[in-house]
Amino acid sequence: MGKRWCLALVVTAFLGTAASTADDRNPLAGDPKAAKAGEYEFRINCALCHGLGARGGGRGPDLTRAVKKHTHSDAEMFQVISNGIPGTAMPANGTNGQGVGMTDEEIWQIIAYIRSQEVKAPANASGNAARGKDLFFGDANCSLCHMVEGKGGRLGPELTGVGGARTREAIIDSVRNPSRRLAWGLTEATKEFPQEYESVTVVTADGKEIRGVTLNEDSFSVQIMDANEKIHLLDKSTLRSFQKSRQSAMPKYDADVLSDKDLVDIVAFLVSVGAK
Amino acid sequence: MKTSIRRRSSRDAAGFFDSQRESTAPWKSGPFRAALRSTERWAFRPCGPQGPKPSREGTPEHGAEAPLFHGAVKAVLAAGCFALLVCASTASAQVTFERLVNAAKEPQNWMTYSGDYSGRRFSGLDQINLGNVHSLVAKWVYQTAATGKLETTPLVVDGIMYATAQDDRAFALDARTGRPIWMYQRQIPSDIRPCCGHVNRGLAILGDRVFLGTLDAHVIALDAKTGAVIWDATAADYRTGHSFTVAPLAVKNLIVIGISGGEYGVRGFIDAYDADSGARKWRFYTVPGPGEPGHETWEGDSWKVGGTPAWNTGTYDPATNQIFWPTGNPSPSNRGEGRAGDNLYSNSLLALNADTGKLNWYFQFTKHDEHDWDATQVPVMIDLKTIDTKTSDAGAKHLIAQANRNGFFYVLDRTTGKLISATAYGRQTWSDTKDGVGRPIANKNASPTLEGHTVCPGALGTTNFMAPTYDPVTGWFYVTARDQCDTFSTAPQPYEAGHAFYGSAYFPSEEAEPYLGFLKAIDPATGEVKEKFQHTSPTWSGVLSTAGGLVFSGDAEGNFIAFQDKTLRPPWHFQMGGAVYAAPIAFAVDGKEYVAIAAGSAIYAFGLP
Repeated sequence: MGKRWCLALVVTAFLGTAASTADDRNPLAGDPKAAKAGEYEFRINCALCHGLGARGGGRGPDLTRAVKKHTHSDAEMFQVISNGIPGTAMPANGTNGQGVGMTDEEIWQIIAYIRSQEVKAPANASGNAARGKDLFFGDANCSLCHMVEGKGGRLGPELTGVGGARTREAIIDSVRNPSRRLAWGLTEATKEFPQEYESVTVVTADGKEIRGVTLNEDSFSVQIMDANEKIHLLDKSTLRSFQKSRQSAMPKYDADVLSDKDLVDIVAFLVSVGAK
Repeated sequence: MKTSIRRRSSRDAAGFFDSQRESTAPWKSGPFRAALRSTERWAFRPCGPQGPKPSREGTPEHGAEAPLFHGAVKAVLAAGCFALLVCASTASAQVTFERLVNAAKEPQNWMTYSGDYSGRRFSGLDQINLGNVHSLVAKWVYQTAATGKLETTPLVVDGIMYATAQDDRAFALDARTGRPIWMYQRQIPSDIRPCCGHVNRGLAILGDRVFLGTLDAHVIALDAKTGAVIWDATAADYRTGHSFTVAPLAVKNLIVIGISGGEYGVRGFIDAYDADSGARKWRFYTVPGPGEPGHETWEGDSWKVGGTPAWNTGTYDPATNQIFWPTGNPSPSNRGEGRAGDNLYSNSLLALNADTGKLNWYFQFTKHDEHDWDATQVPVMIDLKTIDTKTSDAGAKHLIAQANRNGFFYVLDRTTGKLISATAYGRQTWSDTKDGVGRPIANKNASPTLEGHTVCPGALGTTNFMAPTYDPVTGWFYVTARDQCDTFSTAPQPYEAGHAFYGSAYFPSEEAEPYLGFLKAIDPATGEVKEKFQHTSPTWSGVLSTAGGLVFSGDAEGNFIAFQDKTLRPPWHFQMGGAVYAAPIAFAVDGKEYVAIAAGSAIYAFGLP
């Protein structure tokens, strides 16, 4: 009896070790069939934000980058997909209203797919981040409205994390065509606090005009920040007029205003901060 | 008040079910039943000056009926103190089928998902009305402690509210105070596969039991006074993607329920269980098998994984003994290749014989759907005689109307299933033509492509599961609507049991932003949108109408809103602090009317100060 117990303990210990090793690494790693199944799952569950082909977009980062901000090992990636990333738009598995949620096996399939899509060469370190920082806080006037690492204005979205959460292409597009998309909305399930920074002009009952951006709004009240960063809390029923526009309050930075080179440097700065 | 928390394991469900099958419910037996019957006469009557007041002329749905002040009930009420004492202490009488048929005659109660068998979600109560709604206040809030979307429609019977929450919670509350009387939570397996959250839309009640469909595809009967499990029936294997989220419908002695799982390639069905024993009395497969009519509308073996779930509560016509139950999308939802044909009875309205589950007629709204446009919206029975009060012809038009996810408002003859009209009530780009019977037919270029093709409405639809209402006073049908377009892409995908089976991906179209949300009032006689209120963003809230000249709905920003029924102007709102995914109800206890709705993870009840 004693011997059998001992053997059982040894076997259990061995299996336990094997299992935890397997969990550190994708049990389906390198399996092309698993990667193909992962592609289906990715389309359903992930592509809304991370784009078809995992190349990212306006809502989520490019996952074909070999170096990722939040995950390095397969095990970390599994955790992130399962539990989401608190404080970001990355939801826990099955809670984003997109897709149906995944089994553990399907998550491993997705990881196999993402690994199969990774571009092995290091990300092209284009642009001069130091110069970009000077431009951001200086001549390009970005920091009049945008804050990075605690410095800058409040009228537009805070941008400390944007370099890690968006593709370069999406950031460049937002600068060149700020009204094409306002601040990229999240998926509907997490959109209860959308903060799209819509431009707004209201006239109060006493005839005062307030121009700014919406911080939030419902059918009955609106919270507005004006150009002086003053917050106005208003009941819609008391307003003489309420005009909202999806024309961004941000000026359009075309190539005459901001050269391609300057823009690449600013993006390099944002990526260097956001990837931390 | 004591709260008992009950938890029941379901793992030995089959054995439990077998052991219960032979037993007879005590309330069915002789002397017990006789005793109940004697109390029934007064116990389910309202205890105070409630019930509908004749507020408007010539509307047979309310006003004419005031059972409170008739006959024996009046005598009991005259007994004053004694009557109040009895009413307050014995709050639950048997909910008989007859009471459900005549639900409109006891507007203080809300006894089925849609309030009555017609699906109107209309309350005959008018204590809260246009004149005083501005003073409405929150009376109580019940926190469910659940997370995720709360989609429940509570039931209220004789002062007790029965409702559900996420993860198959069910509970009974004192409807005056929100204090719990019992709570039940099922131990659901960790690997269940509901498509869209661990949601539940509510209970059915019959006799002294409430009935719950579970996320692991069981149907269970709970004792209405304690929450104890009476029986537990397994409908299907949850590991293949079957689940229940729907509120069942009690008809005669049957509990009717439809399966979810259109995202997993299940073969859909509608079941009916004996309320006493839990034995399954009939099953209607929504995808016909070999040799059955309609089987030829599926290519090859595609019928085996043809989806066509039935995940929203249908309605029942006692006059013809027909159950009207709507069905969902064919699987895979966004890929038509491999399932050539109309794919019956996907995206259809089915008229089933309530006793046998046999199909009387069907109407398919969207043939060979490739956009996930489940036709699972509540089909609402409308009698046109209620619109024209001068026509007392009882044989007048008996209609059934549905605001469909595909963007069209359909009116059918509910006796024959013949289409009368189909009118767009929101933004749609998929259909420019109609077939011989007037049914909108898809444009050739509406199909999803590999690269993605933009179509309106999007996959979420012009409307979805949010319950509509029909107000017999205004004669209008009110529905929550959404203008959104999606880019539909499609790619081949093999079926694998228990795995998501979409054959696609779809994304909100950026060009079509912002998406708009509305409450719309439709005249069913013409299909015309008569009024609309634009929400700040699209909402998932259902809609209630009342004899008080009001329509109630909620929004994604957390407001509960009262609207004037004719103008849709909102004289009152309350910020509940959480988005609404549920539909409102109205009820009365001790002569006081309440309006209730779930928002965030709580249930709110409102009343006059």
